[in-house]
Amino acid sequence: MKWLYDFSYLTRAIHEGLSARFEPGTVVILEMVLVGITFMLLFALLGLVLVYAERKVSAVIQQRLGPMRVGKWGTAQTLADVIKLLLKEPLINKDADKFLFNLAPFVIMIAAFMAIAALPFAKGLHAIDFDIGILYVAAVSSLGVIGILLAGWSSNNKYSLIGAMRAGAQIISYELSVALSLLTIVVLTGSLQFSTIVESQADGWWIFKGHIPAMIAFVIFLIASTAETNRGPFDLAEAESELTAGFHTEYSGLKFAFFFLAEFANMFIVAGIGATVFLGGWMPFHIGSWEGFNAVMDFIPPIFWFFGKVGFMIFLMMWFRWTFPRLRIDQLLTLEWKYLLPINLMNIVLMAFLSLMGWHF
Amino acid sequence: MIIFSLMAVTSRRILRAAVYLLFALAGTAALYFMIDYQFLAAVQLIVYAGGIVVLIIFSILLTTHINEKLEKPAPGKVFITAVLALGGFVLTVYALTQHNFVVSDLPQTEATVSHIGEKLLGYGEGGYVLPFEVISILLLAAMIGAIVIAKRKASDS
Repeated sequence: MKWLYDFSYLTRAIHEGLSARFEPGTVVILEMVLVGITFMLLFALLGLVLVYAERKVSAVIQQRLGPMRVGKWGTAQTLADVIKLLLKEPLINKDADKFLFNLAPFVIMIAAFMAIAALPFAKGLHAIDFDIGILYVAAVSSLGVIGILLAGWSSNNKYSLIGAMRAGAQIISYELSVALSLLTIVVLTGSLQFSTIVESQADGWWIFKGHIPAMIAFVIFLIASTAETNRGPFDLAEAESELTAGFHTEYSGLKFAFFFLAEFANMFIVAGIGATVFLGGWMPFHIGSWEGFNAVMDFIPPIFWFFGKVGFMIFLMMWFRWTFPRLRIDQLLTLEWKYLLPINLMNIVLMAFLSLMGWHF
Repeated sequence: MIIFSLMAVTSRRILRAAVYLLFALAGTAALYFMIDYQFLAAVQLIVYAGGIVVLIIFSILLTTHINEKLEKPAPGKVFITAVLALGGFVLTVYALTQHNFVVSDLPQTEATVSHIGEKLLGYGEGGYVLPFEVISILLLAAMIGAIVIAKRKASDS
């Protein structure tokens, strides 16, 4: 059971096992392939689970039952949907730019894969532990918007184009708030490395230790990251009543599934970053000197803590989507540039002052 | 990377050219990753791939139509640019082959973010705080200029 608490045993065992059989170069390639397959499986699984969760959460909020027919409580519904999507004909319209049209879904997926590689899932379960963790994630997640813009343009469809423009403007502006709210916590940790950030929360999560500015940063992060993943109430990029489906109107079959999966994957990544930076990542919940309580919390393996926190963040985002009305594009940009950004900048100064005076815990 | 750079210049569809440029820039970032200089790689991705290419794509989206193709440039112009580019290439290669690279025996310094930050804001020996502040004033001036230009246009129309 030791490996459940510290995955470095597992990863070291795999590494030693491979090193015993192959040459060092081959080992590196094999390990990369292994990590890639793991993330692909994780994404596929996440897609299944999150689509089902989204439909059930929305059903509960709207006092419906949601999917109930396929499997017990409709649990096999998303599986059936996946099979349906796989069997559909991949359509390309006649005047589309075929090369870019086919490229766009892959750009979005590549950005998602690159971003998830930096997330620490549990102790020792970490694909790459960059010294520049948060900066890296900000860099690669800014690539995703290119996929959206390309998809909208190459479809040769006015709805797609308008959707892509809206999504682009939205993502570029809200990226700033996401990065700045994360920086507020980086002021306290003094490091951009995810493993260091998690370690620094062993005696309490930053959202509690950093009290007021950390709370403000957390709220801003929630709003901005919901907007960055193009989800409601900020989903006007694909406002179905005006733009049919926005930038992915013309996509069908597997390529549509890619966009759909990327949306949920991005939601998971954003929730994962939020959970890591604000809620302590895989660190268990500890209260000061309550030894017994802390021991019980330690008993729960880190990976469950991580997925529990991510699940909580995702639930919050779904809650937003199904309870708030959609914003207009001007309201959206006003919210970012006139409210969130100034508050954020002020908050960073406040946090720096707090950290200088040592008023945090 | 070289292939993509060539394609970026020769493609007659402007958005495709922008995408090839993106690939070339991402390739540069990958090179930085391979020499373990992660900070520069991430900055390359943020500034060029995430910032400049997105800006280029945005302006293309606003100004051109999908069926538009760029005209073929005149053969004389192609010839002159090719000669100039080749000349530059030959000159660079010549300089590289002539230069005698010395293996430095200085201890390897780690280029971590904290090192870079301390150097950038350091006012002691080898600190860069003055250039940093000068550049920030320049950036501020550029931003104010952009806002002024954008505002005047709005009041005219």
